[in-house]
Amino acid sequence: MHPAPLLNVFDTPLPLAAFGIDWFRDAASTQAAKVDTLYFWILAICIVFFVLIVGLMIVFMARYAARPGHVEEHTSHHNNALEAAWSIFPGFLTVGIFWFGFLGYLDLRTPPDNAYEIQVVAKKWNWSFVYPSGYIDSNLHVPADRPVKLIMSSDDVLHSLFIPAFRVKMDVVPGRYSKLWFEATTPTESFDEAIEAKDTRGDVNGYDLFCTEYCGEGHSAMIAKVIVHESEAAFEKWLVEADVIELDSSPVELGQKLWLQRGCKQCHSIDGKKGTGPSWQGTFGTEQDMTKGDPIEVDENYIRKSILEPMADIRAGYKGVMPSYKGQIKEAEIAALIWFIKSLKEGEEVPATWEEAGGVPGQETEEEAAEGEAPADEAEPAAEAPAEDAAPAKEPAKAA
Amino acid sequence: MISQSRQHTLLEAIGEDPSRKVHIPQGPSYLTNPPGTTFWQAVGSWMFTLDHKRIGVMYLCGVMFAFLLGGIYAGLVRVELWNGTPGFLGESLQQAQNNYNQAFTLHGAIMTFLFIIPSIPAALGNIFLPMMLGAKDVAFPRMNLASFYLWCTGAVFFVATLLTSGLDTGWTFYTPYSTTTSTSVILATLGVFILGFSSIFTGLNFVVTVNTMRPKGMTWFKMPLFLWGIYSTAIIQVLATPVLAITLVLLVCERTLGIGIFDPAKGGDPVLFQHFFWFYSHPAVYIMILPGMAVISEVIPVYSRKHIFGYTFIAYSSVAIALLGFLVWGHHMFTSTESALAAVIFSALTFTVSIPSAIKVFNWLTTMYKGAIHFNAAMCYALAFMFLFTIGGLTGLFLGALSVDIHLHDTYFVVAHFHYVMMGGTLIAFLAGLHHWWPKMFGVMYNEFWARIACLLVFVGFNLTFFPQFILGTQGMPRRYAAYKEEFQFLHQLSTTGYFVLGTGLFLAAAVLIISLFKGKKAPDNPWGAATLEWKCCSPPTHHNFEVQPWTGSPYVYDDFVYDPDAEGYVEVLPDLQRDAKPAEAPAAPATT
Repeated sequence: MHPAPLLNVFDTPLPLAAFGIDWFRDAASTQAAKVDTLYFWILAICIVFFVLIVGLMIVFMARYAARPGHVEEHTSHHNNALEAAWSIFPGFLTVGIFWFGFLGYLDLRTPPDNAYEIQVVAKKWNWSFVYPSGYIDSNLHVPADRPVKLIMSSDDVLHSLFIPAFRVKMDVVPGRYSKLWFEATTPTESFDEAIEAKDTRGDVNGYDLFCTEYCGEGHSAMIAKVIVHESEAAFEKWLVEADVIELDSSPVELGQKLWLQRGCKQCHSIDGKKGTGPSWQGTFGTEQDMTKGDPIEVDENYIRKSILEPMADIRAGYKGVMPSYKGQIKEAEIAALIWFIKSLKEGEEVPATWEEAGGVPGQETEEEAAEGEAPADEAEPAAEAPAEDAAPAKEPAKAA
Repeated sequence: MISQSRQHTLLEAIGEDPSRKVHIPQGPSYLTNPPGTTFWQAVGSWMFTLDHKRIGVMYLCGVMFAFLLGGIYAGLVRVELWNGTPGFLGESLQQAQNNYNQAFTLHGAIMTFLFIIPSIPAALGNIFLPMMLGAKDVAFPRMNLASFYLWCTGAVFFVATLLTSGLDTGWTFYTPYSTTTSTSVILATLGVFILGFSSIFTGLNFVVTVNTMRPKGMTWFKMPLFLWGIYSTAIIQVLATPVLAITLVLLVCERTLGIGIFDPAKGGDPVLFQHFFWFYSHPAVYIMILPGMAVISEVIPVYSRKHIFGYTFIAYSSVAIALLGFLVWGHHMFTSTESALAAVIFSALTFTVSIPSAIKVFNWLTTMYKGAIHFNAAMCYALAFMFLFTIGGLTGLFLGALSVDIHLHDTYFVVAHFHYVMMGGTLIAFLAGLHHWWPKMFGVMYNEFWARIACLLVFVGFNLTFFPQFILGTQGMPRRYAAYKEEFQFLHQLSTTGYFVLGTGLFLAAAVLIISLFKGKKAPDNPWGAATLEWKCCSPPTHHNFEVQPWTGSPYVYDDFVYDPDAEGYVEVLPDLQRDAKPAEAPAAPATT
């Protein structure tokens, strides 16, 4: 923890604690303490002025209430010295508040040079955190005690990334990159818990990460978690494991994880309920009406196309709101999603392992890797996803 | 009202000579039509009236209807938020979210554009601005009627929005969401566009009226402060509203033609929209609050029986707020990727606005000093205003401070702050003004006791609704969330409970006023002993307000008004020549009694 010296003054006496209400959430970043200190100083100033103004008001109400025998007194109608004083003195106070706010802000806007970079892609209605290795997670994992810089972009509308525990916030604007940095101080998870957290979205033990710029229907569900690892070494270890874990599971299991992680769940149910998008249950192989053109069979081609170019063919009865995952999803992941959707239809045979599924699409084999040939992004698309109507997906952008 | 002993002293002092009391000629009231008018003639006489008071009353009915509608949407929002999981507005999360988004959008848009902006200037201002000038009407009566019908047309567009696919952009219409959502954005923006014209017409009319129609003897610095407030507001309306109109036209073009001014794919910039939007909408905050402050500046001296303290500072502070209000729009965008330099400049400028606001509060407080404070309903609302506006103003300091704003921006802290200022400020001031001027507008007295109970309920309900939201925001609860985490539930439930208390208070206040129309005692011409000119005509006024130009004295000297038990109101004693020769300001030294 990094308590600022002034904060101690306000450590405990807040009356709200008596009602079991925390004034702030826990401060878990280096900047948080500074923000809180200024907050409490402003609060103190406000309480002084509030007591002064409302106190005087109540005194006047009691003392000068009209009643028999009480007569108003003529007092002077103005007093320039007094009025100048109560204009200038609060003026100094506000200059002070401004100055400390300004200093804190400079700190919030100036990331250190050695900051660890993570790319953030915001879309309706989920977050994708792209680590330098190319691995994408729906929760933000960071090491403790190391400055982290987020380079953020939006695929569709305005979003805003807000981590209350860190007291940081920045809008994510389509068409430009915005930056945010923080240094987390308090780890949230043990290593094993962090690995498990990968399978769930929002329900793990970590700091809340909200979207605070209204972005439409799923705005209030656009929540992720910030998981702070104990050390940079633990974080690196997690990153390596997280990146390979997908190959340990079956294609269907990976598909289900992706459904949870990559924001599919926000709009597509797997129990038949209609959401913003069609439910995946029983949908594979059926023929569906489109908003434009002829009905299309929901097959591998259609699913793949819907992931990469969602606006091309929109199911009748639904709004075209799905963002494109082009460049943000690996071939293996598309294949896994297709297997998962297939598994939701009775009677569809699904493979238990990647070998049964015919290998991991887009993944270089051991021999190829040894020969140093066939880079991943030029690998042949999977059998389930013929390339005739869509270009091979690019690998996720590697952070510098 | 006034103490018995003082009444006697004063009545003795004037020798109870009726010839020395000012005689106010009575005539047919503006509310009635000549005998023999048929129903449709009567309807026509209202529809096509050029009488500023009738237009004001029609505005009053209109904005009250809008307020009811906006209030119902607020209720939907609050009830949905009783639980952190959606349920009230739809069974599935999707349904509930969709309906919730529409509810808060329509609540915000209706309250802002249809209620708060026109409430005091268009309803109370229309009725009392000419009367305070001792004039028969505003400068352009036909334009005044046109502005009312423009308001109605704009309101129809909003109602059409409700009946079609709704609106879910938030009242701010931020791009690119507003250019892509499938809801009725075009209908709503056209509505706002038309309402903007209504606002400009009203503002223009008021500027010209105040500039050209002040009576002899009423110099700028002898004008009642209500006029200063309305005048400053009118200047903002005329200068800022066109920017909103242009912005919305661009938004509609963007949606229909895809011109790309806000679309990054075409070289546009979504943040540009925010700059345009707040360049209007921040000054609009002062369109909302300045008239409220102006009402309070009238109410407090009357019920304290004291000359307003620091008249010139209050007058100048209105102008200062109006001018500085144009320079601070960027403080809505500290987290919008605006440059750090811009953020710092806007933060610094923002603090300058706090000073003139603080000056007003200190002056109102000092006005009460050594007065004789009458706790009439209007004064109770004014005191509630001071309490709420103090909280609203002080919490602005948190949001002006850059680093703290980063944490609080777009959380419930902001929601609480602007409700304290806009609702706690404007609505409460509007209620204060409504109670203060009700006897003049409709010639009846309402039940003081129940009006004060209503005021108490409104005050308690208001704080219960919005104070918990400061804490919610500090804890990090974002705005515009249909569902939330369990730990926020207790505070949300307090807030929803507050909504019902507040709603009960408002319905009670409405009931008290409406019942008074049918059962109220006839109002005297000057029930509160106020000194501004509107009290120098009969209650309710005649069509032309004044038979002769009233004598213009100081609007805040109450010595000439003595309580007359027969009239159950105050009567004016003609000033003698000696007082007439005195300077407008009383001597600086406090008089001893």
